Amino acid sequence: MAKEEVFAIPNVPTPNQPVLFDPEFCTGCNVCVEVCPIDVYIPHPEEGKPPIILHPEECWYCGTCAVDCPCPGAIKFNWPLQARGYWKNKNTGEIGQI
Amino acid sequence: MTTWHDYLKEEGRPPSWPYPIRFEEEQEIDTDILVIGGGIAGCWAAISAARQGMRVALVEKSDTVRSGSGGPGCDHWCNAPANPLSRVDPDSWAQHMADRPYSNGIGIQIQCREDYDTLLELEQMGGKIRDTDDEYVGAEGRDDKTKFMISPRYGTIHSYFPDPHMGEPNFNPPETRNNVVIRVWGSTFKPVLKKECKRLGVQIYDRIMGTSLLTENGIQGARVIGATGLNSRNGEFMIFKSKATILSTAGAGSIWFMSMELGGFSNMHSRAISGDGTVMAFRAGAELTKMEAGGVVRIATGYKHKWYTGGGDASYENVPLVDANGKRLPYPIQGWVDAGAMVPAPGVEEKIREGIMKGEYALPFYADFPSIPDVEQDATWKLMLGEEATTKIIIKTFNEAGFDTRRDMLQSYKFIEGQSLPQWREAGYGGGLLVDWNLKTTLDGLYAAGTQMFAPEDHSYAAATGRYAGRKAVVYAREIGESRVSRDQIEIEKNRVFAPIRRDSGIEWKELHAGIARVMQYYVSEFRTESLFKIGLDALEKIETESVPRLYALDPHKLMRTLEDLSMLEYAKIIIQASQARKASSMPLGFQRIDYPDVDPPEWNKFLTIKLENDKVKIGERPPRFWGDMKQQYEAYNKDYEGVYKGK
Repeated sequence: MAKEEVFAIPNVPTPNQPVLFDPEFCTGCNVCVEVCPIDVYIPHPEEGKPPIILHPEECWYCGTCAVDCPCPGAIKFNWPLQARGYWKNKNTGEIGQI
Repeated sequence: MTTWHDYLKEEGRPPSWPYPIRFEEEQEIDTDILVIGGGIAGCWAAISAARQGMRVALVEKSDTVRSGSGGPGCDHWCNAPANPLSRVDPDSWAQHMADRPYSNGIGIQIQCREDYDTLLELEQMGGKIRDTDDEYVGAEGRDDKTKFMISPRYGTIHSYFPDPHMGEPNFNPPETRNNVVIRVWGSTFKPVLKKECKRLGVQIYDRIMGTSLLTENGIQGARVIGATGLNSRNGEFMIFKSKATILSTAGAGSIWFMSMELGGFSNMHSRAISGDGTVMAFRAGAELTKMEAGGVVRIATGYKHKWYTGGGDASYENVPLVDANGKRLPYPIQGWVDAGAMVPAPGVEEKIREGIMKGEYALPFYADFPSIPDVEQDATWKLMLGEEATTKIIIKTFNEAGFDTRRDMLQSYKFIEGQSLPQWREAGYGGGLLVDWNLKTTLDGLYAAGTQMFAPEDHSYAAATGRYAGRKAVVYAREIGESRVSRDQIEIEKNRVFAPIRRDSGIEWKELHAGIARVMQYYVSEFRTESLFKIGLDALEKIETESVPRLYALDPHKLMRTLEDLSMLEYAKIIIQASQARKASSMPLGFQRIDYPDVDPPEWNKFLTIKLENDKVKIGERPPRFWGDMKQQYEAYNKDYEGVYKGK
């Protein structure tokens, strides 16, 4: 396997993926880029590709990118670990989590 | 590939800034009505003004389609006493609502009279306000004829007040629901409002942050004749000239905390609500009120000082902890006299806390090095702390900065932040612009709606007051002649706005925000008192003189965030100055003063106002209910208004 170049970059902001894009369904229409109130995303330089998440730590999880996305399956909202709520199945007692 | 580092890995370079860069280039827009803030209030103001044939420019920091607190959605239309199912009279309900101390009787009256009309107009635009798909047949509160879904919210009471003399909690008998609140499909609202703005020819300027108000001849306190703005994508400088301006921007939610990474910024506010509108109005000379009000947010995280810089436990070995007046605290010194106890005996912390509240111990506390013999100071400072792992560098830094155990006491941060997490505090959502029955501020040409007004309420309040302000601003704009913009004022603002992009190192916006937040956490916390205000104000001024000139921003987005910091810095100062003026504690204001422990004494039952006059802070006051008889005043000011409610 060819060795990939390892760049020296600062630690990435955390959390850094408020959403997960599925390139199979995302058409790169950039509706999410436009509806996001705080410019979490920028359009991908290559047309048709999912946007780039540039300011993930500014996200306030308003969800409008996922709600207004016109391509079903393209955006999955991805709550940061510390914000994932729990529940319990009343019959089995099984604990669930988002 | 979705993250920045994915891109870097694949392409071998970071992405270029995706928008053209036009730093300092100017765009000038001439309009009749300028609306700053395109949330719920702003959209309604723009629509209402445009309906009357005026040229309207709507300026929004993000994109109007989903911006503002009500952008993602809204579940309740909260005060629609004029709806056909309501069992209360709008005027009496408004009166009841305004019984809450320090509320805004003007805005409430407008909301109660007009928000049902507003809701019906929203439906005509395409907003969903009824169960038209019969999804909830059989649900309690559903009216089968109108298909309205009445909410149980405020069903029989408006709010529970902890103190019964603060308002009449039980407005109608418990067995009779008032049917004042309607459930709505609020996620449909914002897109239709933007569409309606466009249909009516409103010129929408998205991604523009308002930065300052322009006044006639550039004079503070003179008529407002426009505003300046920054495009957060391309850095362009916007100059808006207007006959009337409506401020409908947000509050200042983020002053006390800066903890984006760990918390995820999910705290019911976005970072973008940084008080820009309030601050630009203040700088222009407008009068604000209720700025001293405090509140508590729900979610946030934060960091503390490292140990031995005073965080957590400043009772250094052998060094007694004293209060701000030098009085010894009953806290163990971990030294010879108390057998080196690391932890205080049970009840000690509580005793100290009670002492703080009673004024027995004055904050902040200090480690009193000078009170112990020189050799003991050295044993603690030089040997113990100087040789411990990470404290060596701390001691070195303090020494280089001039700290001297022979004469100086080290500040302790124990207790100062209060009982709940300090970063939970917020500006209380009470402070804002003083308005009259036209929703005009104290400056000619400047109107306010929604959260920009003092004591704002909810979504339907923003909608109804925005719609009202638009109407009133039009009347003014029709009468007013040409105005003279001062080029000097524009140049001064341009220099302020673009200073951070002329530097490429120094302090970045996140650090500045964190610094401001820390000052507020320590000195404008649960415990408020004059001596702490003084330290806090000095600390903010130090930030202003030492750190602000070093701010840098690498792109237009970061420049916007930097300017938000400057809004928050000014906002924080206003909070302290307003707090200094209220020399009494107040429960409804969330305002607890140690030096003035009397809670809500009658002589302090008044609005305090704050404004700039010749750049000097001036405090004023207004009596409670300064708006007069709500029904009479409303009717006198709105003789021509045609609404669903015809009066009784």
